[in-house]
Amino acid sequence: MGNNVVRMNVIVCVKQIPDPATPGALDPGTKTLKRDGKLILDESDSYGVEMALQLVDAAGGGEVSIVSMAPNGEMSGMRTALAMGAAKGVLVSDPALQGSDALTTAKVLAAAVNKLGGADLVIAATESSDGYTGTVPEQMAEVLGLPSVTFAKKVVVDGSSLKVDRQTEEGYDEVTCPLPALISVTAGVVEPRYPSFKGIMAAKSKPIDTVTAGDLGVSPAGWAGAGQEIVAVAQAEARAAGEIVEDDGEGFAKIVAYLENLKVI
Amino acid sequence: MTNVWVFAQEAAGAPTSGTLELLTKARSLGTVTAFVAGDASAIAGALGEYGATKVYATGDLAGKLPGVAVAAAMRSVIDGGDSPDVILFPQNYAGRDVVSRLSVKLDRTVLTNNIDIAVDGGSVSVTTPIFGGNTLVTTKFAGAAPYLATFRPKSFAAEPAGGGAPEVVAAPVPELGATGGATVTAVHVEASTGPKLDEANVVVSGGRGLGEADKFQMVEDLAKLLKGAPGASRAIVDAGWVPYSYQVGQTGKVVKPGVYIAAGISGATQHMVGMKGSKNIIAINKDKEAPIFGIADLGIVGDVHKVLPKLIEALQGRG
Repeated sequence: MGNNVVRMNVIVCVKQIPDPATPGALDPGTKTLKRDGKLILDESDSYGVEMALQLVDAAGGGEVSIVSMAPNGEMSGMRTALAMGAAKGVLVSDPALQGSDALTTAKVLAAAVNKLGGADLVIAATESSDGYTGTVPEQMAEVLGLPSVTFAKKVVVDGSSLKVDRQTEEGYDEVTCPLPALISVTAGVVEPRYPSFKGIMAAKSKPIDTVTAGDLGVSPAGWAGAGQEIVAVAQAEARAAGEIVEDDGEGFAKIVAYLENLKVI
Repeated sequence: MTNVWVFAQEAAGAPTSGTLELLTKARSLGTVTAFVAGDASAIAGALGEYGATKVYATGDLAGKLPGVAVAAAMRSVIDGGDSPDVILFPQNYAGRDVVSRLSVKLDRTVLTNNIDIAVDGGSVSVTTPIFGGNTLVTTKFAGAAPYLATFRPKSFAAEPAGGGAPEVVAAPVPELGATGGATVTAVHVEASTGPKLDEANVVVSGGRGLGEADKFQMVEDLAKLLKGAPGASRAIVDAGWVPYSYQVGQTGKVVKPGVYIAAGISGATQHMVGMKGSKNIIAINKDKEAPIFGIADLGIVGDVHKVLPKLIEALQGRG
């Protein structure tokens, strides 16, 4: 790393989600995930932000920008990314985007990337922690006409291309990819920094450009154009409650007896 | 008759289990075409046996990642006039990448993480578990076909139908331009011994409750004694204690063993969706409020550092 001193501009797509510590719920009217109230930066995205900051550092110049989409103008999650060190952001906030499918989301985020003038590298997480559809990064790459490497677990910039270790089911592949490109990064690719107090203060005055889908020239599909209609929501069959015992030093014997009963041993 | 395509994958000269599961389901929906990433000659017979009457094969991808290459090949066939009503993809890396690229090329939505599909006349609906599988959402495709959907592993049981050899048609990858820039230069397969995680009858998984990476050895030892496979929660995979190939859960492997032992795993939704189909679940955890106890058949509220060594010793004693 750092062989070539160039400006490297990286755009990171982030999602602002309800705090995962609070249980999820469906809106009874729309039958979609409730995403009202305060939203935080999806932890999965903090890896992409960190990766971007490190790559720009290694290149010796350039900046990290953030794009996000939220129906309600929420930007506290984006501020977290700015506090980590990103320079600026574009938030696409439009009530008409509520209920958008992943394809519309990808079109909107791709348009936001273009509004920033594109980038050498676009980074996303492999999937969000709340909806986990997992298709948006690769859909964005197709909309932007970029090559892509998904499930990156190690990323190095080498001149005008990337060297990526791409996680696979059996191990990993080494992949080379020319820039500009899009990658999705796994959790654990890097250790995200905590925003410093100085960073948090600086983030308050960093610019976030708030735009609508119309401003970007994307027709907001919303409910009507999502190509899908939820027709039923049902409770799954619950597992019967089992036997729960406190270990008194003989808990292991319970397990041995249970395994014997199943003829596993 | 519904024209159903299945994105088919090969590993070690045979169709993957996920491919056979999807073919089995597909033939109950209509006529089945398998779309193979790569050369189909070794697997065409097996694809026919599970219901495919036609096979498209891209031929060698020459190091291209499947997402962009296979989607472009599919698009070419569809433009050529063979347009499916629905395409079934496995919920795995390649399946997800191909369906994503194709959804943009066709301007169609994708429904992911499904466990079931139904065709009723011209209407196609899929079922998705959410909130760790507590709730099932059924969604109908609207607008024009082809409809695109991905399915979790083990959603359907694979059964051969005894079909004959299918017609094999070349579906070459067209010129990809800038989008085809990524190239695989080396492949690394992590060595593993014992039964495969998603095929083992016993799975022993460890989580953050183990405290430190070295303690995972207890999980390995117990799995070996029970002729099972070791697994892990995402937390300790992300922490670098064990390779990703050990991960059980939403973003890892889906397992349905006869016995699943969760050691020091609290039971995050992300983990539970990968193992709650197990026939018998045994959980060991210090926190009696841990969600894993909600689905355990036998729960030991205790310290894994005390329970596991005794359990291992007792099993070793049985020779």
